[in-house]
Amino acid sequence: MTRTGILVELENGAVKETTLGVMAAAQGGEIFALVAEGDASSVKETLAQYGAATVVDIKGDVMSSPDLAAQVLCDAVSAYELGALLGTASSAGKDIFARAAALMGQPLVSDCVEVNVADKTAKKSHFSGKTVATLKVDAPVFLCTIRPNVYEASESAAAGELVEFNCESADPGLIKIVEVKTDAGGKLDLTEAPVIITGGRAIKSADNFSMLDACAEKLGAAVGASRAAVDAGYAPHSMQVGQTGKTVSPRLYIACGVSGAVQHFAGMKTSKVIVAINEDKDAPIFSKCDYGIVGDIFEVVPKLTEKL
Amino acid sequence: MKIFVCVKHVPDTAATIKVAGDTGFEDADIKFIANPYDEFGIEEAVSIKESQGGEVVIVTVGGESAPDTIRGALAMGADRAIHVEIDSQFLDAELTAQALKAAIEADGAPELIFTGKGSVDTESFQTPYRLARLFGMPVVNEVSALEVNGGKALATRESGAGEKQVLEMALPCVVGATKGLNEPRYPKFPDIMKAKKKEIKAMGLSDLGVDESAAKVTLVKMEPVPERSQARMLEGSVDDQVTELIRVLKEDEKVLG
Ligand SMILES: Cc1cc2nc3c(=O)[nH]c(=O)nc-3n(C[C@H](O)[C@H](O)[C@H](O)COP(=O)(O)OP(=O)(O)OC[C@H]3O[C@@H](n4cnc5c(N)ncnc54)[C@H](O)[C@@H]3O)c2cc1C
Ligand SMILES: Nc1ncnc2c1ncn2[C@@H]1O[C@H](COP(=O)(O)O)[C@@H](O)[C@H]1O
Repeated sequence: MTRTGILVELENGAVKETTLGVMAAAQGGEIFALVAEGDASSVKETLAQYGAATVVDIKGDVMSSPDLAAQVLCDAVSAYELGALLGTASSAGKDIFARAAALMGQPLVSDCVEVNVADKTAKKSHFSGKTVATLKVDAPVFLCTIRPNVYEASESAAAGELVEFNCESADPGLIKIVEVKTDAGGKLDLTEAPVIITGGRAIKSADNFSMLDACAEKLGAAVGASRAAVDAGYAPHSMQVGQTGKTVSPRLYIACGVSGAVQHFAGMKTSKVIVAINEDKDAPIFSKCDYGIVGDIFEVVPKLTEKL
Repeated sequence: MKIFVCVKHVPDTAATIKVAGDTGFEDADIKFIANPYDEFGIEEAVSIKESQGGEVVIVTVGGESAPDTIRGALAMGADRAIHVEIDSQFLDAELTAQALKAAIEADGAPELIFTGKGSVDTESFQTPYRLARLFGMPVVNEVSALEVNGGKALATRESGAGEKQVLEMALPCVVGATKGLNEPRYPKFPDIMKAKKKEIKAMGLSDLGVDESAAKVTLVKMEPVPERSQARMLEGSVDDQVTELIRVLKEDEKVLG
């Protein structure tokens, strides 16, 4: 059984659904849940329920610096003799894992859509989502980040023994966070959202996004935008899905007034279920999605919101 | 200021990738371009040079057709280039980083190094970090705004959920560029002509002491992503369609609670 460390991500004090997915990917190994933020004792039960043999409570404010967080991951790998280290390919996860891999001088497979910890193989997208590559790693530690939502959480009770880890490393002090700016109203992060509703050029104005916000609220979804909508100034670039925007892989993706360009698909084609709403029955998106509604988004979306 | 920009030679993102054999793809008819994120790095480097003076050197680890991409970077205003010749791209980014580091070091002390946030072919998202580590420099990736002044860099990083962090680091450092940093310029005809005369210095891995056989990542298989078949079109009035949609999403697909 490979001893597998998992970097746990929390949100409002609870374990993120995406972390539980990463734990599901590691099942079959002995899981060490590494908690470097928040209160480890309060999430111990959940982590045990989803397969953590050991819950490692990492002391100190290590998440305040990505270099320190990376160093602590390296320290945990040696302290617990981990053969694999997995995390979420979230913005922070990708950053910390890349730093840790560089420190160790070991390979890292980022944004995997499938992993096999015992074989040290992983599948990931190549060529902007056009192909899937299977990579094999020949190294003492198998380091991977996993695309959010590709693995569903699955319960598998384990001991969840709580241990403390006192970090002896210090922040190398190479970078300093001087400011954090947030957009209005703590929105869901697109890359991690389980459901996404996206507006294309057809949305016609920034104000009309409120129609999608209302539907998103009912769906528990994050709101995305096509590049045409972003370029027209209807939405900020942080909402763009696609080759030059975010890569997302939700359970459900609803595209409203999006034509279905390859560059848009590059960012969302691994979604589990894709629904398209478009007034043009010949829109290319209908040949690449699962369910289609031919209609005006300004009629269909409010109806959907009403009925949810 | 001496600025290096790492530019990868990659298949055009609009190209169709035809898988050939177990691990290859047909590249004969494919157009290759500069990795799109690297263009933000080139633009930023050239505009810093234009305002603060200095030199911009392009570094590419790539195959024999890479000079086409390098000429494009030179036409955007870079001064010269280094081409580390390889047969095929490394999957182990540590090797790429070692080659980039050795090539840069052999050329002189860098004050600023740009990369793209990630490459669109192997999507490995790690080379800037490895390069920084090999040099012992700070690194910030996914940078959408940058100020370089008085030996320091202030980098704005897109950190998810509409959050941005402003990070400060001392030069020399590595900056991974992403969209928003600037609008890369389109070279004009005279710039393209001028670029033809600029120097591209070719080097081999052995000149740089990089051992290709140390790769720890291998490609076992390459498969095309299966396309979805024609959608199931929902029928009836808007009300019927929406009702049926909610039903299938809840009951058949189980993607809604
Ligand atoms: C290098 C490069 C990178 C790119 N990167 C991205 C990227 O990251 N993301 C991205 O999205 N695009 C990207 N693009 C752009 C992409 O090619 C398309 O231009 C873009 O996705 C189109 O956006 P759209 O579907 O919203 O607009 P359109 O293509 O204009 O489609 C609008 C659709 O809405 C429908 N419609 C209009 N009104 C209504 C209505 N009232 N109700 C219902 N349907 C309606 C129309 O039938 C049409 O199909 C990139 C392009 C290039 C060249
Ligand atoms: N072969 C290469 N030659 C030059 N630069 C590279 C090469 N590979 C990666 N890079 C740089 O590293 C960045 C990130 O690449 P990657 O880690 O492959 O996603 C790219 O945007 C380039 O700037």
